[in-house]
This record gives sequence, structure tokens and C-alpha cells, in this order.
Amino acid sequence: MINISLTIRIALRAIKVNKMRSALTMLGIIIGVSAVITMVAVGSGAKQRIAEQISSVGSNLLMILSGTTTPGGVRMGMGTQPTLTFGDAQAIQRECPSVQYVAPTHGGAAQVIYGNQNWSTGITGTTPDMLYVRDWGLVSGRNFTDDDVRSAAKVCLLGKTVVDNLFGSVNPIGEVVRIKKVPFTVIGVLESKGQSPTGQDQDDVIYIPITTSQKKIFGTQFPGMVRIIMVKARSTEELSSAEKEITELLRQRHRIGPKQENDFTVRNLTQMMEAQEQSANVMTLLLGAIASVSLVVGGIGIMNIMLVSVTERTREIGIRMAVGAKTWDIRLQFIIEALTLSMIGGIIGIIFGVAVSEALSYFSGWKTLISPFSIALAFCFSAFVGVFFGFYPAYKASMLKPIEALRYE
Amino acid sequence: MALIDIRNICKTYDLGDVKVNALCGVSTVIDKGEFVAIMGPSGSGKSTFMNILGCLDTPTTGKYLLDGVDVEGLSRDDLAELRNKKIGFIFQGFNLLSRTSAIENVELPLIYAGMSSRQRRDLARQALDRVGLANRYNHLPNQLSGGQQQRVAIARALVNNAEIILADEPTGNLDTKTSVEIMELLVTLNQQSGITIILVTHEPDIALYGRRKIRFLDGSIVEDV
Repeated sequence: MINISLTIRIALRAIKVNKMRSALTMLGIIIGVSAVITMVAVGSGAKQRIAEQISSVGSNLLMILSGTTTPGGVRMGMGTQPTLTFGDAQAIQRECPSVQYVAPTHGGAAQVIYGNQNWSTGITGTTPDMLYVRDWGLVSGRNFTDDDVRSAAKVCLLGKTVVDNLFGSVNPIGEVVRIKKVPFTVIGVLESKGQSPTGQDQDDVIYIPITTSQKKIFGTQFPGMVRIIMVKARSTEELSSAEKEITELLRQRHRIGPKQENDFTVRNLTQMMEAQEQSANVMTLLLGAIASVSLVVGGIGIMNIMLVSVTERTREIGIRMAVGAKTWDIRLQFIIEALTLSMIGGIIGIIFGVAVSEALSYFSGWKTLISPFSIALAFCFSAFVGVFFGFYPAYKASMLKPIEALRYE
Repeated sequence: MALIDIRNICKTYDLGDVKVNALCGVSTVIDKGEFVAIMGPSGSGKSTFMNILGCLDTPTTGKYLLDGVDVEGLSRDDLAELRNKKIGFIFQGFNLLSRTSAIENVELPLIYAGMSSRQRRDLARQALDRVGLANRYNHLPNQLSGGQQQRVAIARALVNNAEIILADEPTGNLDTKTSVEIMELLVTLNQQSGITIILVTHEPDIALYGRRKIRFLDGSIVEDV
């Protein structure tokens, strides 16, 4: 068998002889490979975005909503009945082993005033653990403390959107804002979290101690009533056990009989978002699969051209056979020719695909993520396409009869 | 020992409905160093005979011993190796690779013999020098005259130290003057290097260069002098 580098030289010469044809054949592979890379980049970009949103909401989250009661046969919506209390939250923290942090919330919307600026935003009364539940850090200042909760201190943490709208470039720490005419001292500014998976601005928020909210801002007819309890499980594996523990505990605390419906709802936020992530995965796979079709079509283009090339060069094959080329000499020559076409196409396709992905994220603002894995995959796939679709023409060439090939006109 | 020993070979082409006997009951012996001219009208079987001699085709029945080796039962690759080592071909239409320089054409058999590139270069140069193309190494076939192209083909046939050169109408596409030059080159190779030359031709004056004449008619040898 003759050596590979020589075969590659023969292949390159054959490709150079038919420049236009080779370029068009490669174009099929170029389009295929760049489509795979672009589509996978768009898909994994979307996936990464969802993953970012998930981590922005906080991981391993459960949300306990109060309500659904059925007074006189009329089923009310969730949160219509104040069935959850601050005591419930404390009990969950105390008695559920799978739970790491608990943060009850109580609040509403209110107008916030600073100097001559005002802004309407959501005021959430909660406990210091909220920041741990949501994996939320502070840009500046400090979190409020359990003492602040106990004493219903008039302190607040501001989200970035609120800071931008009220303060502009002024440092808000230590400044006083008025919420429903009650003066609050700003003690901390929250990190920016961006949009939630449902498109809400998570930074448009003010956190205050839950007691302050209950007693001074949004008065309630039931003392200690909370709207939502946020819970962080110790790990993803413990999410469902946490859910079970909380349900049992609350049924017990709320004295719900075995056949009665819950007067609260436990929602698994992480699960919901994982479902979204999964759908992004499916989308990536689907986009990649569709793009792969074009790569296969490109491969068929190579096969087509190689078949034409074998027919055109029948005489050359005959000559080579007459002077001693063996079956695999001929076969390798054509396989390597196809491989060279597809790999050059593959490399150009990768460059092109990366460029298109970048352009796409630059001009349309879609997030794209080019992984080395998808590049490697596209390259290997194009090489595979070359060998796969080159083999039949090469086989055909190697099976020609020397005399017939020599006589071929 | 005879270089070529052919015993009662037949070649039948199956054309579907009819079977054509291209060769029938041909036996002959050709010794090393002979210069044989094979003549006969078209369709007489001389080309088929040449193909079998050149291991490009195998007989339907009969025995062909090339240098004592029975060709029957050899695989495609074995035949390819046999052609590569022992036989050089010269064709009427030259059969050079187009867009490939003279020296690369001559190197071709050496490539398939697995020789290193330096060795190939050296041997190909020597072969081209021998056929009088010392200053045409890098010319492409279409930059060479017919006679020169045929010389390249002869160099290609020589380069691997073939014992036999099979020339199928080597002067068919050449003018008289060039034909004479080519024939004289073949005679020189035969006489100086002892290469066995078997030549197929139509033209009686070309056949005169051969020291032995075999005439074919209807698939059989009718004259052997």
C-alpha cells in the first residue's frame, strides 16, 4: 500500500484541477457544518439563559402559598385566605430536617418617595434568611437582622431598579426613603438579578422586616399572617422530601382532617424551571438534528461529485491499475479525496458557523454559546460524512476492470 | 526456462445471448530477450492475447505461466503486483496521466511499488535519460509531441526494471519518422538490456523490427516464424 501523504497530495491535486466544482461541493458541507454550529450555539445559548434565570431565582426552592378555601361551596383562588402564619414559617424551620432556610413574606405594592423622586414598587416584608433562600448578595450595605425583625425596625434593602429610579448616581446607603409616608433608612442594596423566567424584573423590589410590613405598612386583620413562605431545601435530592415534610407539618398545624383539602399549596419552583431547561435541551437537540440534515445533504453532494469524478477518471484509474495500483491504493485515493473535500469544508464551515453565531448574538441580541464540543462534533461528523459518502465511489473505482478502464473513452 | 509459457488458452466473452470466442486453443512459448511482433486483422484476438499476457485479463481456460508462476487463481492485487514488477505497457494512445509532469508519470509504477520519493526521483530521471528526454522532466504531456509522449510511456515501462514490455500499436498515432525513432529505441532496449518486447502492430514495416512474427486469425495463431 502506498503512503498516505502521497495519497493526500494526489487528492489535493485532483481537487485543485476542478476548483469550481470542488468549491461547490464543499459549500454543501460548509453550510451543513456552520448550520450545526449556529443552531447548537443558539440552542445552548437559550439553555444557558434559562440556567442563569434558575440560579437567579435561587436553587432548590419551594414556595408555599396560602389559600384555597371553599367557604360555602365557592372555591376561592390561591392566596385568598390568610391561612399561613409567621408561626408556620418558624415551625417549618424548626421541624423539617430537609429544609435549610425559610423566609415568610408579606407585602404589597406601594409608592416610594425619595427627595423629589417617587417610584411604585413591590414591598416585601420578610426575614433576613430571604437573601439565603434566594442566593442573593448585597452590592453594598448590610442585611437586616433578626433584631430588626423583632423590633419592626424601619430599615430597607433596595433592588437595583429601585435604586436607579430613585437615586440615580447618589449612594443610597443611609438615606431615608418614605414608603406610604413611613420613613425607612436604606441599609443595603441588592445585587442585580435581571429578569425572572416569567419576564418580571426581579430587581424592582424593596425588602423590609416582615414585622414592619405587617404592623406599619400593610396592616392585617390577622396578626402574624404571611402571604407566601419561601423555602430552600438542603439539596436538589431533598426537595421532594422537604415538600412532603412541609405538607404533613402544615396539615397538622392547620388541623386538616384526612379527607380535607389542603388550605395551602406547595410549589416546586426548581422543578418548574428544570422543565423549562429540559425543553431548551429538546430545542437544542431539534435544531441540531435539523441542521445535521443539511450536513447529510452536503455529504450526498460529495458522493455525487465523487461518482462523477470516478467516471471521468476511469482511464486514469485504468492506467494506475496497469502500472500496479492495488485495490486499496485506488480506494484510498478516492476516500482521501472525499475526506479532504469534507474536512476542508468542515473547517471553513466551523469558521463560518462561529462567525454567524457571533453575528447573530451581536445583531439580534440572542444569546449564543459556542461550545468546543459542538465544534469537535461538527468536525468529526464532517470527516465521517467524507468517509461514508466517499466509500461507495471509491469502492466502485477500485472494482473497475483494468482493461475496461484503460479502453474507456 | 521460458519467460512466457502459454498452454492452450481460450478466452470467451459472454455477451448475453451469444458467446464470442476471442481466443481459442492458443499455445506458445516466448523466451527471455525475444522481440516478437504480433500481427493480424482487427478482431483476430491479438489484443485479447496481449491483455492476457499483460495480466490485465485472465484466460477462460488454459494455463499461463509467467516466469514460472501460474497466473490462474491469483487475486486482483497479486496480478497488480505482477504487472508492477515484471511488465511495462506501451499503448497506442500513450495513456499518460494528464496534468501530471513527465517525471511524475514515470514515477507512477514506483509509487505503487512503495519506493521512497528520493529513490523514485532518481530512477525516474535515469529512465527518462535513457529514452532521450533528459531535458523534459517537468513538461506536462500536452507540452510534449506524440513521439516524446511515447518516450515518456516507454520510460514508465522501463523504470521498474520490467522484464517484458508489451507494446500495443506503439506507433499507431505517430508519423513515419517518429515511428522509426520509437522502434529503434525499442530495438536498442531489446538488444542492450535484454528486455523482452512483444509488439502488436498492423503495419508490416513495423513488424519487420521483430525477430519473430506471430500472426493471429480468428482467435488462433496461424503463423509463427
